[in-house]
Amino acid sequence: MNILVLIKQVPDTEAKITVSSGKVNEAGIKWIISPYDEIGLEEAIQWKEKTGGTVTALSVGPDQVVSSLRTAYAMGADNAIHVKVDDYNMLDSFSIAEAIIKAIEGEKYDVILAGRQGSDSDNGQVPYIVGTKLGYGVVSYAKKVDLQDSKAVIECEAEGGEATYEAEYPVIITANAGLAEPRYPSLKGIMASKKKPITTKTLDDLGISPEPKIDVIEFQPPPPRPPGRIIEGEEPEEKAANLVKALHEEIKVI
Amino acid sequence: MANYLVVGEVDKGNLKKASKEAVSTAKKIFGSASAVLIGEGASSVAAELGKYGADTIYAGDVNEYNGEAYAKAIAQLVKDKGFDVILIPHSWVGRDISARLGALLDAAVISDAVEIKLEGDRVVIKKPVYSGKAFAELKCRTPIQIVTFRPNSQGIEEQAGSGNVENINVDFGGVKTKLISVKESGGERVPLTEADIVVSAGRGIKGPENMKLIEDLADLLGAGVGASRAVVDAGWCDHTLQIGQTGQTVSPTLYIAVGISGAIQHLAGMGSSKYIVAINKDPDAPIFKVSTYGVVDDLFKVVPAMQEEIRKLKG
Ligand SMILES: Cc1cc2nc3c(=O)[nH]c(=O)nc-3n(C[C@H](O)[C@H](O)[C@H](O)COP(=O)(O)OP(=O)(O)OC[C@H]3O[C@@H](n4cnc5c(N)ncnc54)[C@H](O)[C@@H]3O)c2cc1C
Ligand SMILES: Nc1ncnc2c1ncn2[C@@H]1O[C@H](COP(=O)(O)O)[C@@H](O)[C@H]1O
Repeated sequence: MNILVLIKQVPDTEAKITVSSGKVNEAGIKWIISPYDEIGLEEAIQWKEKTGGTVTALSVGPDQVVSSLRTAYAMGADNAIHVKVDDYNMLDSFSIAEAIIKAIEGEKYDVILAGRQGSDSDNGQVPYIVGTKLGYGVVSYAKKVDLQDSKAVIECEAEGGEATYEAEYPVIITANAGLAEPRYPSLKGIMASKKKPITTKTLDDLGISPEPKIDVIEFQPPPPRPPGRIIEGEEPEEKAANLVKALHEEIKVI
Repeated sequence: MANYLVVGEVDKGNLKKASKEAVSTAKKIFGSASAVLIGEGASSVAAELGKYGADTIYAGDVNEYNGEAYAKAIAQLVKDKGFDVILIPHSWVGRDISARLGALLDAAVISDAVEIKLEGDRVVIKKPVYSGKAFAELKCRTPIQIVTFRPNSQGIEEQAGSGNVENINVDFGGVKTKLISVKESGGERVPLTEADIVVSAGRGIKGPENMKLIEDLADLLGAGVGASRAVVDAGWCDHTLQIGQTGQTVSPTLYIAVGISGAIQHLAGMGSSKYIVAINKDPDAPIFKVSTYGVVDDLFKVVPAMQEEIRKLKG
């Protein structure tokens, strides 16, 4: 199997996000591989280790995404492609998808693994756009993947339960939590990754200049929650009674 | 005058709550709406959407779910009838269909809106980004605009009215994936994303035997049951109950967090709840920063006492 893994670079999930003048302050943010993409990458590497083939990591974004591609190498990827976009907008799924499609033109991948959603945009759009434009099946929220010779069998989370899909190749699969447990790269892997080649493609190289399809008017801090209060009482029983009273009489939800 | 379409959802002949919310929302914000409903028993329940303001409801009866086939059928309808704005619940099905639809129609998609307004011919939406640590105000630049909204974020209003139902065809030809089996979990309780009240368990419950305490409180309130990742990772409950950045996003009227510290990744999944109650013995637990009401005490004493009080209240 030749597997392409789509990797989005995002702020560390623990990072403090602050906003000023309608923009997110990026100074001091540590950038990581989006958690679901890391899971997809791990799954791809495990399949390669079991059955052979190659794993190629691809990321669209500014120069800093190269550090995430190096992490992919350190974990065990064979190739890395950087699609360089300087005025990158993490919310503009169509432009990102267009760049991905152009960058892999002529290559043959049996499976494209992605994340169920970027932990920045929380969208979950890019894999669907790529799949629909290429005419590939897309199965999302995978919790277990079986890449058989003639078809992929994918167990995934669905509304209120689980669903199992069969898909023909090539297929795009998005990773849910629990699909695989990402490994920590070894020191040797990290050292070796520094010397690995990264294929860089600019939008000029690809001959495209995607028109943004989304306007970001502004970023805002989260709306403040109305101040709450601590329920008074001597004993737990009294607090419980006062709480139920507040739920019943003040906000009338029970 | 733009043409507005709502994508509804039906599950084995039951109209999903988010469909009603979608139609109500379109009616309230856009003034008019048509709807499309695909699934098992769609045509038998389609007319019900008229009560929430849908003029025409296009119903496609199929017995099997397939995101590709659904998206193609809806894209065809949009082209045939000339819809300009499409509103979809950000439910599991909505997430599986919306971006496919966008790709088929070359229309930008904005996902998981919590506020929606109309400015001229543009839908302007606000959505959480970075797991709720910031919000983005956005609009689509494409002629057709697709927006998904967070279920329970908009509310439902009944109207006097009745819609007329037209049947549409859903073609499964050429689909690349096939649904083989579906396993439902959760049983009798309301699905988490539809629940008005959610009671959630955290590591503070100490062990799997105490999930029952949470479930009993939920059942008394007709609520859904959720959990933190700590509880799911420990194997104390089914993983489908996990709420947070790597689990489900819920937006109920009331969220009751029991023995949950309130890590940022947990807040990502429930921070947009209307009212939040936290029961935690640690007064410095971060969950209290977002709580409408906080109870600082031992959950093993507070929760049973709450059950007593609720029983009294219900007579
Ligand atoms: C990439 C990533 C993704 C994640 N995704 C998620 C996610 O989707 N959802 C999620 O929930 N977490 C997620 N987490 C984990 C998250 O960071 C926290 O570890 C987790 O939410 C903690 O769960 P908890 O609050 O139940 O446990 P704890 O943090 O251990 O809190 C237990 C609380 O119970 C209280 N307590 C103990 N005993 C009692 C008692 N007798 N009475 C009252 N209170 C008591 C304690 O004071 C404490 O505040 C993620 C983490 C990472 C790194
Ligand atoms: N800039 C990008 N480069 C590579 N892959 C991406 C990029 N943006 C999104 N993806 C992939 O698409 C998934 C969903 O992203 P999103 O649609 O932004 O939620 C991510 O988890 C990645 O696998």
